[in-house]
Amino acid sequence: MVYSLPEEVLEHVFSFITLDKDRNAVSLVCKSWYEIERWCRRRIFVGNCYAVSPSIMTRRFPEVRSVELKGKPHFADFNLVPEGWGGFACPWISEMSRAYPWLEEIRLKRMVVTDESLELISTSFKNFKVLVLSSCEGFSTDGLAAIAANCSEVMDLSGHWLSHFPNTCTSLESLNIACLGSEVSFSALERLVGRSPNLKILRLNRAVPLEKLSTLLCRAPQLVELGTGAYSSGIRSDVYSSLSKAFLGCKELKGLSGFWDVDPSYLLAFYSVCSRLTSLNLSYATIRSPDITKVISQCPNLQRLWVLDHVEDSGLNAVALSCKDLRELRVFPSDPYIADANVTLTEQGLVSVSEGCPKLQSVLYFCRQMSNSALITIARNRPNLICFRLCVIEPRAPDYLTLEPLDVGFGAIVEHCKELRRLSLSGLLTDRVFEYIGRHAKRLEMLSIAFAGNSDLGLHHVLSGCDGLRKLEIRDCPFGDKALLANVAKLETMRSLWMSSCAVSYGACKFLSQKMPMLNVEVIDENGSLDSRFDSCPVEKLYIYRTVAGPRSDMPGYIRTIDRDRVNTIS
Amino acid sequence: MGPQGLGLEITELRLGLPGGGGERSEKKRRVVCGGGGGGKNRDMDVVVVGWPPVCLYRKKSIQVRKMYVKVSMDGEPILRKVDLSCFQGYCDLGMALENLFHCHGIGEAMKEESESGEYVAIYEDKDGDWMLVGDVPWLMFTETCKRLGIKKRSDANGIVPCK
Repeated sequence: MVYSLPEEVLEHVFSFITLDKDRNAVSLVCKSWYEIERWCRRRIFVGNCYAVSPSIMTRRFPEVRSVELKGKPHFADFNLVPEGWGGFACPWISEMSRAYPWLEEIRLKRMVVTDESLELISTSFKNFKVLVLSSCEGFSTDGLAAIAANCSEVMDLSGHWLSHFPNTCTSLESLNIACLGSEVSFSALERLVGRSPNLKILRLNRAVPLEKLSTLLCRAPQLVELGTGAYSSGIRSDVYSSLSKAFLGCKELKGLSGFWDVDPSYLLAFYSVCSRLTSLNLSYATIRSPDITKVISQCPNLQRLWVLDHVEDSGLNAVALSCKDLRELRVFPSDPYIADANVTLTEQGLVSVSEGCPKLQSVLYFCRQMSNSALITIARNRPNLICFRLCVIEPRAPDYLTLEPLDVGFGAIVEHCKELRRLSLSGLLTDRVFEYIGRHAKRLEMLSIAFAGNSDLGLHHVLSGCDGLRKLEIRDCPFGDKALLANVAKLETMRSLWMSSCAVSYGACKFLSQKMPMLNVEVIDENGSLDSRFDSCPVEKLYIYRTVAGPRSDMPGYIRTIDRDRVNTIS
Repeated sequence: MGPQGLGLEITELRLGLPGGGGERSEKKRRVVCGGGGGGKNRDMDVVVVGWPPVCLYRKKSIQVRKMYVKVSMDGEPILRKVDLSCFQGYCDLGMALENLFHCHGIGEAMKEESESGEYVAIYEDKDGDWMLVGDVPWLMFTETCKRLGIKKRSDANGIVPCK
């Protein structure tokens, strides 16, 4: 006899289950749980907008309040994905406007969003609250003006415009204009800030001068996160005293960013908030190590630090001494295209931080030299690492002490850091490093590889060994057909695979596509004609992803989905 | 799903010494001229698309430009040149000018509206006007400054403010 709980009770229980993977598990238990769950799922995350179609989503989940979509592959950030590739938000927004009148939140990443879509958003959803567009393109301030004008309840808006907020709007919680290239009307900004008592996050753009910052801060002392505009002024102005007074009034401030064009003599102005800071982004500030060190030593509660390599090893030593709560460190290159360093940032800085900061979980580090011994030390110091992205700037750079590949060093990272979810490799690497990764990196979800490996064996180790792999992106590696074709089933368990400037043949792509109907195998070739490809030709760029939506129909001419029936490919 | 029927055996994937035989990509990308040679700050010989992996927005924000401008001084026939992009701000510039021309007080004169210091620093802007150094934010100054001049305070009566 099977006793089942009433639907309302089950629904109430399910409301405590928020993780997608748990919700998915719940829906697989039995038909009635599937039905109940799909009616009460409120948040949807679609990691690849082509993996599913908008109508499939709305058909299965009719009562959604929040949708998050991602479009282009990650390598689009580095110009590897050509113009016009895709990632169009329009069909999604049209469908959602039809099916989800109570939708409250839309988050889009690396997608193309038009002004028409923004206008549709602004008029379709009565209860709309959150719009986040990160790394998106295709719209102008006109579109965002529509949002501001029509969405009286918009509380959190990361975007590009400003002065169309109606005077009655007082509920704004977050305003982010950091990416806006042009100047904004300062008086409109000041008025908006002044009538938004709930404003917690304010990120200004570079065009807002330092002289105006204290005015804004005085109007919004409740801010939790602030992104400054340009952080310098004429040398004889008395900006300093009004600025430090304004910062004194900000008792809730926990996060600082911005700092374009920094004049170091103004850094002391925010000393009063340093002891409370948990997040500091100085990655646009080209200030020297002593000034950075002075600031960092005042911030014992820092959890996240983004900085340029001007911080140097000495600055990172200070981080190791002062910032015992640090979880995330990102060090960006100030001069990425110069082969020799003009700053003293070496592997030592990262080693120090790994020693001194017991909670360090996430690392992004650009440097010009690395050694296996340093990597081994880091791995032993910080087995709790979850994300490790190392970029040794020169491709194929060996261990600078022994001139050997960095296989053993990265091997130590994956062996000791058992919870590692994201890894980016660089430096001189052979197939051996992939052997280590395949053997140890069982929780790895995302792997980025460039200029590495010797043969298909390397790729085979990864595909056959990394059980949790979701996203794999590879460029300029000697990986060809064999590993791919020996691991076809694996590709269906992953979200996507990107390979560019490798050695995969057109024929292998056709074969893969035939064998695996649930994959879209997209070939990108900007140079030649895709129609005249011989099977043995290597493909320039390849993007393979699982999908239940079939081949897409919105590609530009230089991309083809390899059609299973071998008729003329779809374009 | 095993490799059977695909015509490919896993045993064909050979273990080899690094750099040893077996599969090798025919495509060699010459990324950077390896090895020694080249002075400091040599640029990468071949620019590889998308490497290092820095996103476009960040690349644009931290562009490095060389900004050499001539510096002339009253009574000195030989001019000097300084690279404005090397300086952090007015103080740095002031010190550098003082060192170049062995004259005191330039840095102070930039900061204080005082009458101390024998010399003041002036610059010619994009419009061709001669301006007093120090009024505008540093980066704006570096963008508009075409040349620098060091003048005796007594000769610069027109533009130097008096207390």
